[in-house]
Formats: sequence, structure tokens, C-alpha cells
Amino acid sequence: MKTIRNLFLLATVVMFTTAFTLKSDATGYDIGDIATDFELMNIDGKMVSLSDYKDAKGFIVIFTCNTCPYAVKYEDRIIALDKKYAEQGYPVIAIMPNNTDVKPGDSMENMKKRAKAKGFTFPYLIDEDQSIYPQYGATKTPHVYVLEKTEKGNVVQYIGAIDDNYQDAEAVNVKYVEDAVDALLDGQAVKETKTRAIGCSIKV
Amino acid sequence: MKIFLSAFLLIFISSCNQDQKPLQASDELEVYDYAGLEPMLNKTDDKTYVVNFWATWCAPCIKELPYFEQLNRDYSGKNVEVILVSLDFPRMYDKKLKPYIKDKNLKSRVVALNDPDMNTWIPKVNEDWTGSIPATVIYNKNKRQFYERSFNYEELVTELRSFIEN
Repeated sequence: MKTIRNLFLLATVVMFTTAFTLKSDATGYDIGDIATDFELMNIDGKMVSLSDYKDAKGFIVIFTCNTCPYAVKYEDRIIALDKKYAEQGYPVIAIMPNNTDVKPGDSMENMKKRAKAKGFTFPYLIDEDQSIYPQYGATKTPHVYVLEKTEKGNVVQYIGAIDDNYQDAEAVNVKYVEDAVDALLDGQAVKETKTRAIGCSIKV
Repeated sequence: MKIFLSAFLLIFISSCNQDQKPLQASDELEVYDYAGLEPMLNKTDDKTYVVNFWATWCAPCIKELPYFEQLNRDYSGKNVEVILVSLDFPRMYDKKLKPYIKDKNLKSRVVALNDPDMNTWIPKVNEDWTGSIPATVIYNKNKRQFYERSFNYEELVTELRSFIEN
């Protein structure tokens, strides 16, 4: 009887462990995880990695694209974030994660056009083999990861939305990303570490 | 005391029976904020509800929409109701959403959700929802399930059957 109970316990433990392992694989990074670096092609044809930014204190990594109406709504606010925080050590790094066969509007050619038309001041990279966004756990555009550069690596400090009103920048009450970066620049803990917003599912 | 109680009950019952009034009802499009939508996600009658979050600009949503329409057709006699919750931008209601509903002759109930404070209401729909669409809730008074994924018709029927057959 005891053996059976022990076996049962063991089985439960194994099931739990597997369930949680699978879950963390499927959902990507959580707060405190070390984010992977990458080498992705920019719209100027050069390869960009986080390690290229020797003087950065961290990064505002944003998975975004040309074709999602929510992403388009946030373009000006993404530019504003880069203007405000790049010089303070937190540049914006935008990554386009969609399969361009499914969304031709997000092709490298169209990324170049959009970046030029809007005057993007930050790298706009393509996750061409779609290997980076699943590691981060991005599910939609726009989807933001604020990383803090430490000796251990780039630590995930915030995941989620840019602010609390996609419709109207003037009506925003809480600027989640700004609050997170401000806190990190001040050496404080980020208060609201995870937020959610509607976005377009990443096209595979 | 008794009168007070019955008055209270009466108010309570009547407030339960009424659906929230839409924020605006122009050309028959029902527009709600989340407080207005919430009762549709928490009905306790004998029906099973299939609530799909979509938008005209969302390609995978448009692809699966006919399956929800078909489900509504095939199962309306079996106490099943489909509700299509559009997340189109308000300025697109007249330009895109209403013409779409008309062109496709949608028979399911379509409501528009206009509530920009998404971080507040998304977890209320489901704690696990990251916010991508399409997303679907199937529920009745006994059971509730959330899906952040696309469906084909067979998959949708399989899920629905686990709600109506037992």
C-alpha cells in the first residue's frame, strides 16, 4: 500500500513538473528572466544585436509591425519613447515578428517604406526565421519587453502594453513603459511589471 | 422590514433581468464598455454561450467567423447562442463594421466593445488571456472555458459538445 502511495505521489510530482515546464516553454519570459540576445537584420541591411549597445543601461524591445492597426496607433508613441529614453540609456529596439508570406505588408521592403515615412529613429529588425519572438513569449503586436542590462545579462523587468489607452494618446492615464523605465533609471523596482492589451496575433 | 426587503428584491430582480443599455445604438449596432458587456459573459440561464472576440481588421478572425455563424445556425435549436464581440475602432463602426455585418448578413448577435482600458478588462474576461485575437469564451451556468486561438468548424463543435452533452 505504501509503495502504491509513493508511486502515486511520484507520478503526481512528475506530472506537475512536466506541466509547469511545458507552460514556461509556451509562455516565454517572466519578470526576472534573462532575455536572449539576437542578431537580426535591420532596415538598413546591417545586423543588430543588443551587445552592440555598449553604453546602454537597458532596452525597450517592442515586437511590432506595419499591418496591425494597434501597432500603427502606437507608432508615434514608440518614436516618442525612443526620443526620450535612447539618450538616457534605454533605446527602443523594434522587431517585426510576422511571417511575411502570410502578411506581405510586413515584408522588409514595406518595413523600410514605413520606417522612412514615419521617420523611425530606432532599429526596425526582422525576426526572419521567427526564432526570437517565441523565446520572449510575444504573442501579439505591439508587445513590449523592458530589459535592464546587468552583469548577469539583460533582465526582463516589464512585459506588456505601452500605456492604458490605445485610442487616444491624450487620454492616457498610466504610461506603463515610461513608469517602468523611469523606475529603473532611478534604481527603483518597477511597480507594475505586467500589463495586457489587445493586439494582433503574430502571424506564423 | 418586510416591505423594505421585497422592495430590495424587486430592484435586484429587475436589474438582473435587464441587459445593460448600450452606450450608443446607432443603426442597430450595440456598443458597450466592459461593464456593459460583462453580463453577457456571466449569464446563468439554461443556454450555452459562445462569445467570440474579433475585429474586421483581424485576418484570422474573419477566416473563422463563418464557422461561428454556422454554429449559431446549427445549434440555435439546442439552447446555444453565439455572441460576436467586435473590437473594431469606434471610427470604423460606420466605415467598416456595419457594412461588414450587412454584406456578410451576419445572423449572430454582434456587439461592439469600446473600452480603451484593456489592462483592466482583459484579465476579467480570462486571467490567461495575453490579449491577442481571435479569442473565444464558451460557457454555461456549469462550465466555462477560454480559448486564445483560432478554430475550424469541427474543432468548434467538439468544444461545444463538451458543454451541451452531459
